[in-house]
Amino acid sequence: MIEFTMPSLGADMEAGTLSEWLVKAGDKVKRGDIIAVVDTQKGLIDIEVFDEGVIQKLVTKEGEKVPVGSVLALILSDKEQGNVKEEKPEISPIIEAKATEKVAVVPPARIKASPLAKKIASDQGIDLTNIKGTGEEGVITKEDVEKAIAAKEKPQEVKRAASSETIRMAIAAAMSKSNKEIPHYYLQTKIDMRNSLNWLSEANKQRSLKNRLLPVALLLKATAKALTIVPDLNAYWENGLQRKADINIGFVISLRGGGLMIPAIHDGAKKSVDEIMATLSDIIPRARVMKLRSSELSDSTITVTNLGEGSVETVFGVIYPPQVAIVGFGNISEQPWAENGMLDVRPVLSVTLAADHRATDGHIGSRFLTELNNILQNPEAI
Amino acid sequence: MTEQEIRQLIFQLLKKIAPDTEPEKLQPDDDIRHTLEIDSFDYLQFIVAIDEQLELDIPEEDYGKIDTVKNMTNYIISKKTKKV
Repeated sequence: MIEFTMPSLGADMEAGTLSEWLVKAGDKVKRGDIIAVVDTQKGLIDIEVFDEGVIQKLVTKEGEKVPVGSVLALILSDKEQGNVKEEKPEISPIIEAKATEKVAVVPPARIKASPLAKKIASDQGIDLTNIKGTGEEGVITKEDVEKAIAAKEKPQEVKRAASSETIRMAIAAAMSKSNKEIPHYYLQTKIDMRNSLNWLSEANKQRSLKNRLLPVALLLKATAKALTIVPDLNAYWENGLQRKADINIGFVISLRGGGLMIPAIHDGAKKSVDEIMATLSDIIPRARVMKLRSSELSDSTITVTNLGEGSVETVFGVIYPPQVAIVGFGNISEQPWAENGMLDVRPVLSVTLAADHRATDGHIGSRFLTELNNILQNPEAI
Repeated sequence: MTEQEIRQLIFQLLKKIAPDTEPEKLQPDDDIRHTLEIDSFDYLQFIVAIDEQLELDIPEEDYGKIDTVKNMTNYIISKKTKKV
């Protein structure tokens, strides 16, 4: 039997509330299916399953808050189903019980409501069966429906406001832990972006408006490529250095109402610049409305923060544990640039690296920034 | 399309991208991106939306000509009249 547990969606998460089950006992699930929605400090997160099989039992009830690692459901794997045939009948009563439950709900009791109340309710998607009428003989009035609408809207508003605040608290908790436990070291370099920007501008001439590339897509690709050469920075610090095979870059997205989301761009090294741009177009809007998948919040192996949108030249990041490095990109601005005894004006990018001194030292950090620079000087080879 | 209608469309599309802002309060010469704090990703979505509404593919080298509401309105008028 496989235990499907409350996932940890970052170092700062201790517990989550099971908001909604999207499956029931007896349902078949496969790897990558979203089977539950969990309410965390970072909002409502879709939780994926990483095994194949049949849901045997939902252990945690909707609305229950449980610590990370608690069993949420039991899944009977495909293999087990073949071997242990007698377990199968156990599932059927659950399915049947569920089915009867549903059937019982189908014939609705006659609802007494005024025609206006009925119209408003149907327009607003309000279920009249849940409303207690205050009119004559318990008839549901227009006022009753309006109250129900107000009640329905209110909790959502409260949730939103709480979310922005709880995100801030979650970030604070993770960053306090980071500053307390991780001995950071910081490096900075300046990169001449002329070649890269020229390459982007040429590349964009061949692309339709919708498929145009932003400089950040190239920067993310270059980061992933540099990490393949300097893999010690793509790692976790958990009882020592644990290098990660996949390069999943956590990309910091600031929310308009305050707070951050850091979804992972999976397999950055294997994606082309266009594919990274397409991934950004997919995750940025979802991050803004806090609609991310659990794997996107838990799989990052390094973080990139791109504060280059305003006038900030340099950003020094705080490492997101258990990761061991964070790369910071400032804005690209025209600056005097001396090269081969000549002075010129170039678009210049300030890049920083904050890394964990337990995992690496400045020499490795410096190699990473040097490789990043080399890659950005030859964007056509990316 | 009149100048007024173009301005309204710009405000409407900006509001869609940055719902918490008030684009209609933009002064004609305010820098759109800085004033509304729109990042490059959202700005690209805005330019895509303009294209979808007006069939106007704004090349990258013209981004500097559409930084304010006034400039953008003039740019759209000049492009649309040229087409006709």
